[in-house]
Amino acid sequence: MFRDFLKRNENKDKFRDIPDGLWIKCPQCSQIIYSKDWNENLKVCIKCGYHDQLTAYERIDLLIDDSTFEEFDTHISPIDILGFIDTKPYTQRIKEAQEATGLKDAIVVGKGEINGIPVYIIVMDFRFIGGSMGSVVGEKVVRTVERALKDRIPVVSVISSGGARMQEGLFSLFQMAKTSAAIARLSDAKIPYINVLTHPSTAGVLASFGSLGDVIIAEPGALIGFTGPRVIEQTIKQKLPEGFQRSEFLLEHGMVDLVVERKKLKNTLFLILNHLWRKSWKES
Amino acid sequence: MERKLTPWERILLARHPNRPTFSDFLDALFDNFIELHGDRLYGDDPAIITGLGTFNDESVVVIGQEKGKSVQEKMKRNFGMPHPEGYRKALRIMKMAEKFSLPVISFIDTAGAYPGIGAEERGQAWAIAQNLKEMSVLKTPIIVVVLSEGGSGGALGIGVGDYIMILENAYYSVISPEGCASILFRDSSKAPEAAEALKITAEDLYKLGLVDEIIPEPNGGAHQDFEGTISNLKSALKRVLKKLKEKDVKILLEERWLKLRNYGRFYEEAKEK
Repeated sequence: MFRDFLKRNENKDKFRDIPDGLWIKCPQCSQIIYSKDWNENLKVCIKCGYHDQLTAYERIDLLIDDSTFEEFDTHISPIDILGFIDTKPYTQRIKEAQEATGLKDAIVVGKGEINGIPVYIIVMDFRFIGGSMGSVVGEKVVRTVERALKDRIPVVSVISSGGARMQEGLFSLFQMAKTSAAIARLSDAKIPYINVLTHPSTAGVLASFGSLGDVIIAEPGALIGFTGPRVIEQTIKQKLPEGFQRSEFLLEHGMVDLVVERKKLKNTLFLILNHLWRKSWKES
Repeated sequence: MERKLTPWERILLARHPNRPTFSDFLDALFDNFIELHGDRLYGDDPAIITGLGTFNDESVVVIGQEKGKSVQEKMKRNFGMPHPEGYRKALRIMKMAEKFSLPVISFIDTAGAYPGIGAEERGQAWAIAQNLKEMSVLKTPIIVVVLSEGGSGGALGIGVGDYIMILENAYYSVISPEGCASILFRDSSKAPEAAEALKITAEDLYKLGLVDEIIPEPNGGAHQDFEGTISNLKSALKRVLKKLKEKDVKILLEERWLKLRNYGRFYEEAKEK
């Protein structure tokens, strides 16, 4: 599995950082690390354990068994509903993000297996306008849930998002209601839904399908919260304590089930799914 | 000659110091009101008022965000910015509405959910998400009325329903115009431009199909002629409540799902196969 992860990195150039042979400086502890070691350790700092962001396809390589992934809904793309222009037009932002990532929007959905257990998987990609949720993200989440309901297959969603996409106005806000309503149906059908919260998981996505899982797993050190720390500091006019809104803080406050380091994430998902869904531990 | 108000002027009206707050609407629209307190988990949030009342001689559950009037009351009510306890209290009362087959009327007026330490520690995002999920399948009619400020997730947290009304000078937005201006326009003084771009007025939202009905406010806004505003709102509520109560719950929920399901606009290429 991890070999495949690396192969993609080397051959398909999907990783956003420096090519092999160069050094990487850990954004947290400033340790200089050989980029090959950095990637081999799944973009987790060997010294301080900092978990760097993954792209959607890197995440899928990490979690889904080799050659079992089938992507859906690649034919849906965002439109500029409101004619939104800030410092640049929304249409231009979309185009730039699409060119930079090769994605149509901030989400990849599909079907695959986790150690042989079939799952539908929803993965967000922070590189695409901050992993923000507009109409496309909402629609792809709902279509994935609808497929899972039809096939009775568990759903895993990996969050990496700053929240709702401002450029689609109230349409974006209402994606929160739309996706949550879909999760309600999944829950009524008693099909497992698991959230994986990665850095960052905030605002509109956390306050909807991002926190409605039967089990919520967080990667270490991820920023997880409703309001971003800067806005809170401006409101309450005091500095926030160290570690505020980080995964470990949320574990302590009872908001997430467990904090799992990246190399153990796939197996943890497998164990939970096996307990909730397959229930038997005999070799199948 | 009258001219149309700009989005920013509407926002100033929606935030006008003399504009009636939820408690004024509560007094004018409902009789026999009994306020019910607390989320049974942590505390009672004065930013959200919940209780039982009668509308048109029939019992209903009422929920509303209250900003307060005097400085003291505003402080007590946290300027209408709820904590997780407020959303959890609202959910508790909505579950009771479902249990006793009472319709829910939910009134929105908030700048947003409170951005503070305690709110984060006690799971603001979790509380809102839970409400969105539960309200989407609550087996009783829900009418939502946006009174003045519809501030993002903090508003939506009590805002999922079968029918969404909005007062003529209210606004409803994914982010405050000031927040949008400071993030996207990199200049918080550009709030009027952001207000324009975000399409947040009642009229814009109605045209976009995101709200079902605009409640007209008499000239000068709700604070100039409260009686007139109440009369418009009352007749709309009567009509919609009657229609929703006649529906079989299964059909009601199926229609609510389709309404939520259809939010969003995107481009879909013909599938290659």
